[in-house]
Amino acid sequence: MSTTTAPTMFGPRSGLLARANPVVKLLGALLITLVIVLSADPVTNGVALAGQLVLLAGVGLGPWRLLTRLWPVVLAALVSGWGTAMLSDAGGPVLLHLGWITITTGSLGAGAAIALRGLAIALPGITVLLTTDPTDLADGLAQTLGLPARFVLAALAAMRLVEVMITEWSVLAAARRARGAGGGRGPWGVLVEFGGQAFTLLVQSLRRATRLAMTMEARGFGAGPRTWARTPHYGRVDVLVGVAVVAIAAGALAVSLALGTHRFIWQ
Amino acid sequence: MTPRADPAPTGVAVGLENFGWHYPGRQDPSLTGISTTIAPGERVLLLGPSGAGKSTLLQALAGVEQDPDGQSGSGRVTVDGVDPRDARGVVGFMHQDPETQVILSRVGDDVAFGLENLAVPREQIWPRVRQALDRVDLQLPLEHPTTALSGGQKQRLALAGVMAMRPRLLLLDEPTASVDHDGARQLCAAVAGAVRADGITMVVVEHRVALWEPVVERVIVLDDHGRVAFDGPTRQTLHDARELLQEQGTWVPGWVPTTRPPARTGAGPAGPETSPRDHAGAPDPAGSTPGAGEVLLSARGLAVSRVQPPRRAIARRRRRALRAWRHGEPLPEAGPDAQLRPVAAGIDLDVRAGRALAVTGVNGAGKSTLALTLAGLLVPAEGSVRAAEALAAGAAPDPSLWDGGELVSRVGTVFQHPEHQFLRPTVREELEFGPRQLRRRAGRSSARTRGGTPSEADDAARVADLLRRLRLADLADANPFTLSGGQKRRLSVATVLAAAPRVLILDEPTFGQDARTWRELVDLLVAELDRGTAVVAVTHDRDLIAALEAEELRLGT
Repeated sequence: MSTTTAPTMFGPRSGLLARANPVVKLLGALLITLVIVLSADPVTNGVALAGQLVLLAGVGLGPWRLLTRLWPVVLAALVSGWGTAMLSDAGGPVLLHLGWITITTGSLGAGAAIALRGLAIALPGITVLLTTDPTDLADGLAQTLGLPARFVLAALAAMRLVEVMITEWSVLAAARRARGAGGGRGPWGVLVEFGGQAFTLLVQSLRRATRLAMTMEARGFGAGPRTWARTPHYGRVDVLVGVAVVAIAAGALAVSLALGTHRFIWQ
Repeated sequence: MTPRADPAPTGVAVGLENFGWHYPGRQDPSLTGISTTIAPGERVLLLGPSGAGKSTLLQALAGVEQDPDGQSGSGRVTVDGVDPRDARGVVGFMHQDPETQVILSRVGDDVAFGLENLAVPREQIWPRVRQALDRVDLQLPLEHPTTALSGGQKQRLALAGVMAMRPRLLLLDEPTASVDHDGARQLCAAVAGAVRADGITMVVVEHRVALWEPVVERVIVLDDHGRVAFDGPTRQTLHDARELLQEQGTWVPGWVPTTRPPARTGAGPAGPETSPRDHAGAPDPAGSTPGAGEVLLSARGLAVSRVQPPRRAIARRRRRALRAWRHGEPLPEAGPDAQLRPVAAGIDLDVRAGRALAVTGVNGAGKSTLALTLAGLLVPAEGSVRAAEALAAGAAPDPSLWDGGELVSRVGTVFQHPEHQFLRPTVREELEFGPRQLRRRAGRSSARTRGGTPSEADDAARVADLLRRLRLADLADANPFTLSGGQKRRLSVATVLAAAPRVLILDEPTFGQDARTWRELVDLLVAELDRGTAVVAVTHDRDLIAALEAEELRLGT
């Protein structure tokens, strides 16, 4: 029970996007997200989403592979879309009438727009996480963007502890079952057991954090100037990714402006 | 080995003047009036009872102690004539927990971390990283993930990270406490090589004296009040302080605490025949106290794996097996499943009442995984684990089909980290948890339990008895998380015993324990063996195997 293999949190990292610089990916994701967040119309969001899907397919992350990894996000988007369709008061011909639920073409459109928007916003950030090594991201954030090293490295070290905690959670579950915990029935019993397990994990994590801080301090972390062992690398891949991202963002805006459908969220 | 680019650094002098430490809220100080000097290049072993402030002393020397309001420390500590907090990069410090000594996710980056903090120019960093990894004999690619390392490897990685910074004082706080025997020896050799070559001053805290005896030249022994009791050359001091050290629970070379051997009553291996699938509730002819040597649990053609089928598949399998069992059909065996990647396969074993079975083998041989599978906490990848009727007592004969309540009264599993198994806010409630769980079950259904339903009074008596036997009576109202390491270990065994299981499974029970706790644990386990409990222990500890007169099952080769 001492040696356990921690899961790789974000799945295998390979392919073209994995080789691109994290800072480029992060800025690209921010750009696309910004465009989508500011635009409320389905055309902008739809084109941006389609563009992202084409880009991801181009680097070997086809729709099917995306769906197997990101199905919870897709599900969440569908649920929020359905909720909007039910509650929206947009008019139009009635499609479905179930008790107090009335679905019209208008409300269905609103729902679809919300679902699309949710997906299109979530996808860039998740893609960055899936294809980026945290250490490389930290290097980029601190060295290229000039964020405070202390902050970035502390976050990076904490990130590694998250992986350790995931492993520990399953060990904890077995250890507590061996004591006969979790015997409570029903949702209340489950909740109590979850709370107990979470508390133990919290205690362990606080201890870990203290010891880790001690280790880092003993290795000279936290005071004075520091150097960096790794240089962030920028190459042709980054130009490609950058161009593609700008094309997606600009393209989405251009299409909806040309069609006259573009609408800012405050409009 | 890469040739050294720079001249070798030399050790620093350490000075302690009337140094003391008193944690706020504690009755007694942990360290009192420590005055001594350590010469440059001297290698010192610091010994003392647990809780004597050895770690505190090391942390003060490293300048990482936690004294936010400056109320705890007194006296003066100097490293090379200055306060350790101002001697950045001079002191290298290592503690015992491998998991929090690793900072970054790739081996090379982790070693480079300290060098970056010392603002070493980039072109010098990577040669020094490689050299440090060479030094500790960790030949791995720089991009090797640190999560894939064993505990011993992680400790050597931490040592590389420290040595790359070229410290002039090396402080080691029980560096081998969480490492198995081979890992400890490798780490010790790595330290010895590095320290000797560079003439570094070293202070190590350890209770495995034999390991460090050849490396150090001076021993300091603290007493119960945190004062220096003995101080002098290694051999002389170990000789003079031997009695005190044994009392404190330090593992002095060539000594194992004496314990009572198990009684080994009963007929020996050939126990009475039991019919494994006699589920109809026919009372066990042997009664509630079956003879020692009787088989309680057996494995045939067993392959074990950490990788488990999806939870829903397990639940489905469980339902199907239970249905088959209720209809009197044979239980299905687990078929070979390539996806489960067994760590050990082809295991045949019998767990017998009143007998101990030791599972040994190298790291990664699947010892813990086997223990969890026998305990019904993991499902087999192939083959079967079967409980005899004497153990199953009316439940299905496969431990992996038991629910939590059925499990605690039959098989008690003690995990390696005691804290993982603490469920209640006080020691007493912790001990009462198992029995109460059983009573509630007995009240809910008329399920047969061994020897009928125990009454509340019996439970109270058993809890009181356990508290007394484990010297935890004074701590009955303390929170389990606040106990010392040895106390936590004793409590974790006691909580499992409180439910009176017929089979006791322990994962490295004596790991990192001092000699005092060791003796108490062995006495407790021998008492259980004499009561007819079967004991299965995953262990590296030869002395434990001998003390329990255990049969040995060696995994891997």
